[in-house]
Amino acid sequence: MQIARETLLRSYRAMRTIRMFEERLHVEFATGEIPGFVHLYCGEEASAVGVCANLTDNDTIASTHRGHGHCIAKGVEVAGMMAEIYGRSTGVCRGKGGSMHIADLACGMLGANGIVGGGPPLICGAALSHKTLRDGGVAVAFYGDGASNEGTTLESLNLASVWQLPAVFVVEDNGYGEATAASFACAGTQKARAAGFGMPYIECDGSDYFAVHEAAGEAIAHARAGKGPVMLHVHLQRWYGHFEGDAMTYRAPNEVAEAKRDHDCLKLFRERVTQAGLFEDSVLDEVDAAVTDEIEAAVMQAKDDPLPQSADLLADVYVRY
Amino acid sequence: MSKKSFRQAINEALRQEMRRDPTVILMGEDVAGGRGGSAGTADAWGGVLGVTKGLYEEFGETRVLDTPITEASYIGAAAGAAVTGLRPVAELMFVDFVGCCLDQIMNQAAKFRYMFGGKARTPLVIRAMYGAGFNAAAQHSQALYPLFTHIPGLKVVIPSSPYEAKGLLISAIRDDDPVIFLENKVMYDVEEDVPDEPYAIPLGEANLTREGDDVTIVAFGRMVGMANEAADRLAKKGISCTVIDPRTTSPLDSETILECVADTGRLVIVDESSPRCNMATDIAALVAEEAFDALRAPIRRVVPPHTPVPFATVLETLYMPSVEKIEAAVTATMNHRVTEKV
Repeated sequence: MQIARETLLRSYRAMRTIRMFEERLHVEFATGEIPGFVHLYCGEEASAVGVCANLTDNDTIASTHRGHGHCIAKGVEVAGMMAEIYGRSTGVCRGKGGSMHIADLACGMLGANGIVGGGPPLICGAALSHKTLRDGGVAVAFYGDGASNEGTTLESLNLASVWQLPAVFVVEDNGYGEATAASFACAGTQKARAAGFGMPYIECDGSDYFAVHEAAGEAIAHARAGKGPVMLHVHLQRWYGHFEGDAMTYRAPNEVAEAKRDHDCLKLFRERVTQAGLFEDSVLDEVDAAVTDEIEAAVMQAKDDPLPQSADLLADVYVRY
Repeated sequence: MSKKSFRQAINEALRQEMRRDPTVILMGEDVAGGRGGSAGTADAWGGVLGVTKGLYEEFGETRVLDTPITEASYIGAAAGAAVTGLRPVAELMFVDFVGCCLDQIMNQAAKFRYMFGGKARTPLVIRAMYGAGFNAAAQHSQALYPLFTHIPGLKVVIPSSPYEAKGLLISAIRDDDPVIFLENKVMYDVEEDVPDEPYAIPLGEANLTREGDDVTIVAFGRMVGMANEAADRLAKKGISCTVIDPRTTSPLDSETILECVADTGRLVIVDESSPRCNMATDIAALVAEEAFDALRAPIRRVVPPHTPVPFATVLETLYMPSVEKIEAAVTATMNHRVTEKV
């Protein structure tokens, strides 16, 4: 498969941005300056970026608790995200949403979601809008193996099939729903679930950007062509806990180390493109340096930005009492 | 202008708004009716009580979407469609079924605009039937408007007549925020004169169905008719009542309620929802806080007992507020004598 050089470089930058954004959050959260919950996506970057490389601003995605990666991959501005996570008035949601609710409808990002299984029904609606308004768009629901057991998700697979919606259901399977393993909690297989709703099923290795890009490309093309919904099952690894502060006592001591050693999507990407002679290491090093600067600036800016004012409490309230 | 039933008034509002705006779509269980059945959709149901009958015929399958019996997915889909360019009117059938999809209403649609920093609009209407009086028993008879009213981010409309239903539904469809539109299932065949042309009744403005000097009665939905009947009977006894139909519990026109209580000094609230944390308690608290000095007697509430709705007619009748109970409450408040402090 041929992927344009420009797309590859943009994707590498997006993956690196997610990685550095999150590793920085990991450190910053430990200082106690970030309020609320933070759920990190580190290790799963190739999934969000591989899928979203096939989408435009006209397409819609819905995300999960672990939404930073999807936001960045879909083009939400990094500085605004950082400010949002710091609870600043300059945040993407003006400090009203926080990490779990970052949304930017202007770029087709329907929101991270604080409710497990909240996204798939919304994506049926977005797909219905694309179909009804005939704008050529597709809608993608990212959800975890945990959410795959929610009734909302199963109902949405059925509804999307019944209505033949241009929807793609991306199961990001990192093997854990919070602290409980998918091997315990998911009966049967995702493949059988897709088949049960008459839906094509594709699976891929989520640490391999190229595999995700190709599989998602196929799924999205199918949906875009009006042939109905598809399930894409991405196998991946979560490097950090369910939330920051989770000691991950439910994982064997070597599990994360092996994931980092053998399944680091950024390392694998770099090896692949440099060995193929597509990019010199120096080009990618430049990207890394630029992203480092961008994240540093975003953190400094967020810490410096104004907190919401008391008048903001009632801004965007439309039902008076 | 012609006589139309509550059902016809709602149907007409939907039809006229769908003609006016191609982004208005309907979805729900059997809203077309008969999809996939051996007889086809020629005589489509239009929902279990026929409210959307004929709309599938006029607007077709891209505008009138039958759903599987999966409230979570299609109410969620309605919310998702609303934030991405359509104006869905989703029928939840019996409001009791909201337990299957409350997350999509409470945590998704109601939250988008505020939680996303003002960047989302969710022009969604969810229609549902509420209320007892149909022998439909505990899982098909609840009046859950206080539940929705409690959740910031939802507008809640309870029409009290065919005229009100048409004008309020048109406003609900044109509104850019999520609206819960609750239809009393006992009222579908009630008729009155309703204009043929479209008209909009603003959300959040109470309607005074009569004005009097002695007692203010606040009543919701089907209770408004009962309150008016009670007021007629009381007038013959020389007691004159103001009857307020707030039309919407969210937003609530508290100004009108407070002004009327200031004039009459007495308040009776008629609410057919379960009595704990319902609209009657909410309005009683409002008046106690804002108009305490105007009160010449304790506030009285005409509400059901705190129990699931019973099935048997004799029990359901006992359960419901009635004209007699309203009359008795008004009489009691009139008879109250404030004990002078020694």
